[in-house]
Amino acid sequence: MNMNTATDMVEVPLYRAAHGRTGDKGDRSNISVIAWHPELYPLLVEQLTPESVAARFRHRAPARVQRFLLPRLHAMNFVLDAVLDGGVNDALNLDAHGKALSFLLLDMPIRVPSALAPLLAGP
Amino acid sequence: MTTGRLKSAPMNAIAPPPLLIGCAAGFSGDRTDAAGPVVDTLIARLASGPAQQRAFLIFETLAERTLALAQLRRRDNPEAGYEPLLDAMLRPVLARCLAHGIRIVSNFGAANPRAAARHIARMARELGAAAPRIAVVEGDDLSGPEHRALLHETLGAQMEGLRIVSANAYIGAEPIAAALDAGAQIVVCGRVADPSLTVGPAMSHFGWHPDDWHRLGRATMAGHLLECGAQVCGGYFADPGYKDVPGLEAVGFPIAEIDAEGNCTIGKADATGGLVSEATVKEQLLYEVHDPSAYLTPDVVADIAEAEVKQQQGAEDRVALSGVRGHARPSHYKVNVCHEGGWLAEGEISYAGPRAEARARLAAEVLRQRLDGLALRVDLIGALSILGDDAGRMLADTPDTGLRDVRLRVAATHAERGQAERLAREVMALYTCGPAGGGGVRTALTPRLNTLSCLLPREAVPVRFELLGAEALA
Repeated sequence: MNMNTATDMVEVPLYRAAHGRTGDKGDRSNISVIAWHPELYPLLVEQLTPESVAARFRHRAPARVQRFLLPRLHAMNFVLDAVLDGGVNDALNLDAHGKALSFLLLDMPIRVPSALAPLLAGP
Repeated sequence: MTTGRLKSAPMNAIAPPPLLIGCAAGFSGDRTDAAGPVVDTLIARLASGPAQQRAFLIFETLAERTLALAQLRRRDNPEAGYEPLLDAMLRPVLARCLAHGIRIVSNFGAANPRAAARHIARMARELGAAAPRIAVVEGDDLSGPEHRALLHETLGAQMEGLRIVSANAYIGAEPIAAALDAGAQIVVCGRVADPSLTVGPAMSHFGWHPDDWHRLGRATMAGHLLECGAQVCGGYFADPGYKDVPGLEAVGFPIAEIDAEGNCTIGKADATGGLVSEATVKEQLLYEVHDPSAYLTPDVVADIAEAEVKQQQGAEDRVALSGVRGHARPSHYKVNVCHEGGWLAEGEISYAGPRAEARARLAAEVLRQRLDGLALRVDLIGALSILGDDAGRMLADTPDTGLRDVRLRVAATHAERGQAERLAREVMALYTCGPAGGGGVRTALTPRLNTLSCLLPREAVPVRFELLGAEALA
């Protein structure tokens, strides 16, 4: 048995373990993260914390990051306050809704035990 | 507005057949060929289903700024101000809906439901259909001078000096249900909450009381799944290699089957592309939701914390939603106030070939120095243009990677048109005064609309429906 935990883990982008969609209301963005497989969900709960997600969005200086868990859906919902530069009517961004933000989160690296690697999506 | 609708749900041992609700638009500007397959499918289901089965078609065409734009059009033309695509969306299916008893509920009335109703009546005449019974739902529009004091009471100093374009309460399903109870075949609304377009028909059909929180909560989430049209059927979902969607070019629009308890099964129009899967339903279920245990609508506080989503065995493109709960509705309506917000100026120029990125970055630096007094957003399209923040923190952290095809975009806003115009002129001047080889300048100057939100007590916003007679529809 390999006791070296480092080699038991693979680092992959989040999109291999989960999918999601961004929504907006005013200056608030919500991003769902939905595990591709129930066995991957606990890893997401452990690694995608409000703190790690706030760090991922540090350039947008969120006023608050909340995480809501939906274990029956193997999903979580992140709500990021004041990350849309005022929202759809105020932002200067081409994507004033922040619709692409789910892909900023889905590109975040996560660590997955090698044993669970067959459950990951995509190449 | 009628109150105290005390009809109780039927107590028959045999469950009534589910109510069918198809959605043919998820926003203003959605595909106008969406309704045809939805209506064809509803007609086929009604033909093969039990005699008591009923079907509705809904169109959701309002977003946060759509109403303000509609008010601006109505200022120019008193007969305008409803959904500009109303004719294109409805004409292909109107006669068939009327012939097959499919009732229509929509917020495509926008800022002028009565004019929309007149347009629909005219369309029916032109199509040779019998005059439909059309109702309008009103009370949401608070933009008139008689409502100014009420808004001022709540918004206070924030309202000083603002030029208000629109003010609308997000009203609920009760007046829709009442209009249907009164015999309306078509209900034209302005700013009702999106899920209320589904809750209203369900309340009327099943006779639910307006404080039947669990059933209203379930129907609300059915409406939430429907309200963005194709988004629950594989639209806005595809990601090649990870989330493949068959036939995206012909993606179907959704049909919900809602049972007497409010639980629903989501499917899509027959002979269309797309897919309905647990993944598409989960993404749409959480779309624009904040706290999943408290999704606030004017009808109910819906709660999906314990919701479950299950692909139906042996049935393609059918997913059931269960476990939704509801809690007492909020005491206040949400109100959005849109006001004139100065000017947005944008300019773009492209650089290509060796050191293109360095030349684009130099052009941005020139603009920053020339446009003193404007807070400039800078994008390097091809390197970073969407994920970055307006203040440019992410761009500052993004090193020059030597891209050879880059489009520079700058944007700024200013209360005065003349100040905003400076940006357009400076981008244009890069042709002769900027870095080498810049081409393809485009500039745009757009009036802005800004939004304020507040809450108003329900009793301060009387809502009503009116079944329009022949005179009102002439």
